[in-house]
Amino acid sequence: MKKVVVVGNGMVGYKFLEKLRAKAGADQIELIVYGEEPLHAYDRVHLSEYFASQKAEDLEMAPRSWYDENQVTLKTSQLITEIDRSARTVKTHNGDVESYDYLIMATGSSAMVPPINGVDKKGVFVYRTIEDLEQIIEYAKTVKRGAVLGGGLLGLEAAKALMDLNLDAQVIEFAPRLMPRQLDQRGSDMLKSKIESLGIEVLLGKNTQKINGNGKLTGLDFADGSSLETEMLVISCGIVSRSELAGPAKLETGKRGGFKVNDQMQTNDPYIYAIGEAASYNDMIYGLVAPGYDMADVVVDQLIGSGERSFTGADMSTKLKLIGTDVGSFGDALGETEGCIPIVFEDKHAGIYKRVNLSPDKKSLLGGILVGDATQYSMLLQTVQNGLALPKSPEDLILGARGGEGDSGDAILALPDSAQICSCENVTKADIVGAIKEQGCEDVPAIKACTKAGTGCGACTPMVADLFASTMKSMGQTVRKVICSHFDYTRQELFDLIKVKEVKSYDELLDTYGTGDGCEICKPAVASLLASAWNDLILKQDTIQDTNDRFLANIQKGGSYSVVPRVPGGEITPDKLIALGEVAKKFDLYTKITGGQRIDLFGAKINDLPKIWRDLIDAGFESGHAYGKALRTVKSCVGSTWCRYGLHDSVSFAIEIENRYKGLRSPHKLKGAVSGCRRECAEAQGKDFGLIATEIGYNLYVCGNGGVNPQHALLLAGDIDEKTAIKYLDRFLMFYIKTAEPLNRTSVWLNKLEGGIDYLIDVVVNDSLGIGEELEKDMQALIAAYHCEWKEAINDEKMAAKFKHFANNDEHDPAQQFVPMREMKKPADWD
Amino acid sequence: MSTEMTSISSYRTVKPEEVTTWQHVADAEVFPTNGGLNIMHNGLQIAVFNFSKRGEWYATQNLCPHKKQMILSRGMIGSDGDEPKVACPFHKKTFSLKDGKNLNGDECDIATYPVKVEEGKVYIGFDS
Ligand code: SRM
Ligand SMILES: Cc1cc2nc3c(=O)[nH]c(=O)nc-3n(C[C@H](O)[C@H](O)[C@H](O)COP(=O)(O)OP(=O)(O)OC[C@H]3O[C@@H](n4cnc5c(N)ncnc54)[C@H](O)[C@@H]3O)c2cc1C
Ligand code: SF4
Ligand code: FES
Repeated sequence: MKKVVVVGNGMVGYKFLEKLRAKAGADQIELIVYGEEPLHAYDRVHLSEYFASQKAEDLEMAPRSWYDENQVTLKTSQLITEIDRSARTVKTHNGDVESYDYLIMATGSSAMVPPINGVDKKGVFVYRTIEDLEQIIEYAKTVKRGAVLGGGLLGLEAAKALMDLNLDAQVIEFAPRLMPRQLDQRGSDMLKSKIESLGIEVLLGKNTQKINGNGKLTGLDFADGSSLETEMLVISCGIVSRSELAGPAKLETGKRGGFKVNDQMQTNDPYIYAIGEAASYNDMIYGLVAPGYDMADVVVDQLIGSGERSFTGADMSTKLKLIGTDVGSFGDALGETEGCIPIVFEDKHAGIYKRVNLSPDKKSLLGGILVGDATQYSMLLQTVQNGLALPKSPEDLILGARGGEGDSGDAILALPDSAQICSCENVTKADIVGAIKEQGCEDVPAIKACTKAGTGCGACTPMVADLFASTMKSMGQTVRKVICSHFDYTRQELFDLIKVKEVKSYDELLDTYGTGDGCEICKPAVASLLASAWNDLILKQDTIQDTNDRFLANIQKGGSYSVVPRVPGGEITPDKLIALGEVAKKFDLYTKITGGQRIDLFGAKINDLPKIWRDLIDAGFESGHAYGKALRTVKSCVGSTWCRYGLHDSVSFAIEIENRYKGLRSPHKLKGAVSGCRRECAEAQGKDFGLIATEIGYNLYVCGNGGVNPQHALLLAGDIDEKTAIKYLDRFLMFYIKTAEPLNRTSVWLNKLEGGIDYLIDVVVNDSLGIGEELEKDMQALIAAYHCEWKEAINDEKMAAKFKHFANNDEHDPAQQFVPMREMKKPADWD
Repeated sequence: MSTEMTSISSYRTVKPEEVTTWQHVADAEVFPTNGGLNIMHNGLQIAVFNFSKRGEWYATQNLCPHKKQMILSRGMIGSDGDEPKVACPFHKKTFSLKDGKNLNGDECDIATYPVKVEEGKVYIGFDS
């Protein structure tokens, strides 16, 4: 049995372990890995995401348990300080010695820090590890301005991070342009103006000479005599390979550092390999993951395969979204090939710059640059790499086959089988087509799981999706969005089946039209459809509901629930306010005014829910459906009754609408609002439907959204009276309920609706499909079937009995814990 | 509060051949169809599932290993291929009801216990 020791548990080191273990178990190769960092390998490429999440586990390449499960001995926080080649051992910083048969150096690189006077001052950072980021986050809390030294890929990413930390950010670059290795002057100009429009200052051609400050940095001096005041500096000037162990061990290094390796990634000692950023191949250090993964493959093949695989260099093309701008640079991007012919397209207004470099005979594509719109990146890169034929007029390459959508799909099928689609995981077109045709992958996630394509940087996902759609089309199949593996139907088809065949229960639908036993995806989706079709009591089928619907309350950390009674339009009497307070006191609930103009009572124990609702219902409250994909609130502003600007009585209208649609189940939650004038205090244009009073009536807006992707609502009809508004609302809501995919808010649904708002106006206002009356009738039936779910639940002994934590006693969950907070309580944190 | 109850290591799979006591926990009709309910035994919380669609019963620890939440009995059950599973209501991590394996591959597995139903009474098998 061979014993392989890996030094460095970074991205490439980890990938090596994964690839090796896929081929050889612990009975064939013993694997030990040393990592200097306290964390096991994480995804450095997405390091900047740590600023937002601050959760290291979101970045890990594999959970720590992976190492155990795969019998890999992981030693973190251990630095290897010495290699003894004759004894074939390595030594750690605490003096432990480990022997090896083969040694893999995957030590990566560190940030290059230029020898500027004052770099050791407080407030100067590099950008390489999670620990670096933690320090940057902490320091940023104490300052207002921060600069980045280096205008390359990483520098710009760091500048964006500083901006997101609410600092006034600057980027300083020595070269006269940004990303000097990837962009030409015009590409850089375009990117610069985009970055500046975000409020990041860009200083080009600046040679930093001195870092000022008394202990702590206060500013920079440049060679041209100018200076910059800043309180923090992140250095991003490139990388240096970590090959410090090479010298003492007499291992050769490349011209720019790094362990010198041959085509098999072997150093001058045949028992020692180097991979990733630690390796110098033809005096080149590859600062990207994809080449590192290729190197890992080569070494795996050396240790356990035929040994025929070799590394022959890699492509340094890149595509990324930088500060919200797509940037692509591929092949000979700067047009350095002699006699090459550049074609340039520029649209300053839209912020788009594209350049392709053709060979002198105009027969092939050499490379190019894309700024502002990089949708053609993958295709162009493939054209370069596979020497694909150019179109008759080569400018079509960047202007696109104007107007024709089909082209891109067909072009994809024209790629050779060997075309590499995912460079991170080295997945070819043939692999993906094979996964679809032979392994039966039925959607993009399945292809990702099966081939690993798109699981690295993700840039190829659109291409995988296109390839999937074209391949399916070529097999005579269209891609349908079926809800899950248990039903071969789309949501809309299931809704039609339920209505036409009068299906009333999930079990009946599964037995007749499905397979297997269902799952957590189709059960709640069908539950929502059944509710939208019949508005029957959902507790009759409690175990197909998401937990919130099953217990008619929102689950919270620790397993307690929140209770939100309906307060139509946000209007509430003093007596009802008092009643809410009394209930909260009696059951020891945390109370908070919600963003939806009502009051949330948190921390209810499951056994108490029926008792709480008994009291609330006695005080005249009804369920607020805060737990359901259903109508939430119709927000109002105070309107003409009190407000000196009010044109109509927005509160009364909001209450009328909320009471009309309360209990309505839909593909996602629904929110509405009514404002009494165009000052819009009810934020009606941010809701699924909103009404704004005008001199003579109301403007009706639809498909707005707050939340994750805010979107303004669009005008459906202007200056209509209340009756017409309700008619259009009935039609609009019912049309949405019937046709949207599960968990699509109205905004998302509209964005996908062919013809967009014009089509929607046609259907709802002009009744172009002739279904207006039917939609109104269906809505009427749902409204007539309304019942307060909580009233029914507490009045039915059997249903009320379901609200308990234990089957064999009536106790509360003893594991549930609360801690005091500002005279109330909150659930204990989870870890 | 017992920390034992919320400690993952308190829950260990009991194989049918290891059962030494069959504990009667409740009547079968108490358990919802195609769903679960939790029981307390010797300071441990065990989720019991009545998978009526398959005519099968399962029992697992009630503690979800992801965020240590006492919750799995309130999860939705279903199947993945032929494998019966439960999805945690908090973040939808799924576990096999047969052997407790975490089907997403990113959490540790959960303990399972044998269940039998005789004359309308539900019994869980323990090894102590
Ligand atoms: C309680 C409340 C926050 C508050 O204290 O103010 C709240 C609490 C939750 N919101 Fe909200 N949202 C609340 C108003 C809002 C608003 C503001 C509003 O309605 O005017 C928004 C933005 C407007 C919008 O929806 O367009 C909002 C956008 C979201 C979203 C993002 C939706 C989207 O389309 O992007 C989610 C996630 C989801 O639904 O998938 C969400 C989900 C949630 C959940 C259900 C998260 C969860 O699954 O646990 C929270 C439940 C807490 C609970 O147990 O009660 N909440 N949430 C508000 C309840 C309003 C009410 O009375 O019913
Ligand atoms: C912010 C950022 C963004 C990036 N974005 C991209 C991108 O979009 N696309 C792309 O392709 N690449 C990107 N990269 C580069 C990519 O992360 C690297 O190419 C990749 O991480 C190299 O992997 P590696 O394993 O060779 O080195 P590393 O991931 O650096 O791992 C080396 C590990 O070895 C450890 N080590 C070193 N010496 C020793 C020793 N003597 N003993 C024990 N352990 C040791 C180090 O502590 C480190 O943990 C980015 C890098 C950063 C920092
Ligand atoms: S914004 Fe997020 S954290 Fe706040 S209530 Fe809404 S969902 Fe919860
Ligand atoms: S607590 Fe169960 S999935 Fe998170």
